[in-house]
Amino acid sequence: MELPQTLSMSAVSSTLGIFERKKKRDVHLGDRIFFWVLRLLAIGVMLLLLGITLNLLRVSFPIFSKFGLSYFVTNTWNPVTEKFGAGAFIYGTVVSSLIALVISVPISIGVSVFLTELAPRRLAEAVGFLVEMLAAIPSVVYGLWGIFVLAPWLRTTLQPALASTFGFLPLFQGPPYGIGMLTAGIILAIMISPTISAICREVFKAISLQQREAALALGATRWETISLAVLKSSASGIFGAVILGLGRALGETMAVTMVIGNRADISASLFAPGQTMASVIANEYAEATSDMHLAALSAVGLALFLVSFLINSSARFLVWRATRKSKGARA
Amino acid sequence: MTNLNPILEARQINAWFGGTQAIRDISISAQPNTVTALIGPSGCGKSTFIRCLNRMHEEVPGASVKGQVLLSGSNIYDGGVDPVSVRRKIGMVFQKPNPFPALSVAENVAVGLRLAGISKRSVLNETVEKSLRQAALWEEVKDKLRSPGTSLSGGQQQRLCIARALAVSPPVLLMDEPTSALDPISTARIEELLNELKKQVTVVIVTHNMQQAARISDRTAFFLLGEMVEFDETATIFTNPKDRRTEHYITGRFG
Repeated sequence: MELPQTLSMSAVSSTLGIFERKKKRDVHLGDRIFFWVLRLLAIGVMLLLLGITLNLLRVSFPIFSKFGLSYFVTNTWNPVTEKFGAGAFIYGTVVSSLIALVISVPISIGVSVFLTELAPRRLAEAVGFLVEMLAAIPSVVYGLWGIFVLAPWLRTTLQPALASTFGFLPLFQGPPYGIGMLTAGIILAIMISPTISAICREVFKAISLQQREAALALGATRWETISLAVLKSSASGIFGAVILGLGRALGETMAVTMVIGNRADISASLFAPGQTMASVIANEYAEATSDMHLAALSAVGLALFLVSFLINSSARFLVWRATRKSKGARA
Repeated sequence: MTNLNPILEARQINAWFGGTQAIRDISISAQPNTVTALIGPSGCGKSTFIRCLNRMHEEVPGASVKGQVLLSGSNIYDGGVDPVSVRRKIGMVFQKPNPFPALSVAENVAVGLRLAGISKRSVLNETVEKSLRQAALWEEVKDKLRSPGTSLSGGQQQRLCIARALAVSPPVLLMDEPTSALDPISTARIEELLNELKKQVTVVIVTHNMQQAARISDRTAFFLLGEMVEFDETATIFTNPKDRRTEHYITGRFG
């Protein structure tokens, strides 16, 4: 019995040389458990996303069966007569976020250029820290500041000034309430600036000194060096930063609810009060008693979810295409 | 070759990084259409010195320079001189190829002209071709002028950087170890190129490769510990150096 066994063993060891025989799969039990735990977690994330979507669809189903897709473009919101349309909220979210981007993007890029390219290192560290601290302030505090400081100043100073200079544009017509779309946009701009500028700074820092020296040695001025070596090379990174900021602006709830005025209306004037998708949910969810009202709010949630999803995925696609282009060319 | 009519002359150059003096009292001169090589062990100040010749040294935070550099008789360190205009006349090629990744091959070459305010298409196209030919790169890239500069191989990228520097027709071209990041074949191509280039420009080149200096240069300066030990005809430096330290270095006793 024993002899053939030793023979076969020696046969094996002769073919494998100095190596050990491959172990059966379940010998590495730890590996397999680890693998399955990770796989379950990854699947769990996807299921969660799917679950939220399905649940939102289920709860908001009565709305779509009654109003159809026109729910997203009509602009009536009357819980008493149960007539619902989310157009004003989608408009409010898009417009307030756009105002935020228009104000925040140039400021954030400017701050990042200053901090990485021009400021002395000590100052850059201090200011960079302060800018990042802006992200740590709770949004309800921004809201309070907006109500008590920003809105009165807008009402008495900025809005009258805008009205008298640019009053020919419909954007700056109407009574200056202080509270409204413009105020929400400005608050959002402050809130998303740390995000955009932090990412821009990382992107700029990643550009090598050699790039800057190349520009300098060609006789570029300071500004030309920044534009040629830094900004041009960072286009896709800046774009990614802007999209992340936009994502934050779209979903921001508390501060916006406190300063936007909460009126379900579409007005050409930025001075007029409005309402966003996030703010209407925060405002009305606790008081929504009828099934139809709840369904309407869930449908708003679904719309917000879809808008964020679309923006994020299209941004990913654009960044992916930009990086693939430069990488593919490098290979 | 005598110092009859140097195109570039450095007089008593001293340079510091903060409080540390990196180079001390260095004077060299270069005749038109010659190649001057700067050799020496790592940390001897040869790169610092070449960066003083087009006012790049002062871009390092805390760095300072004292002394004169005359280009055709005008001091680039004169109080009223704009460093930007100095760098347009004295081009530079760096150790690592550094084309702009966001720009195409053609745009990389044209960028110096654009900075100088030239935007006429015909002039730009003409200069791009001429400069790429000068850098012996035209045949290899004429079909991919529109692809990114960084899509070329390392040696091609370095020749692209040479073309980029030549496009603004500088009388002097500085090269800071331009082949140290390249393979031997790319290195040989650039060395060949230098022989052609010196018909049009005066070249000052830093190299840590003594054979390279012997092959390509007319005059060689040997640097050691921030000072210039010896500056003479290349043949003299390599066959009959006057200073024992030069002899020790070129015979490989240190460095």
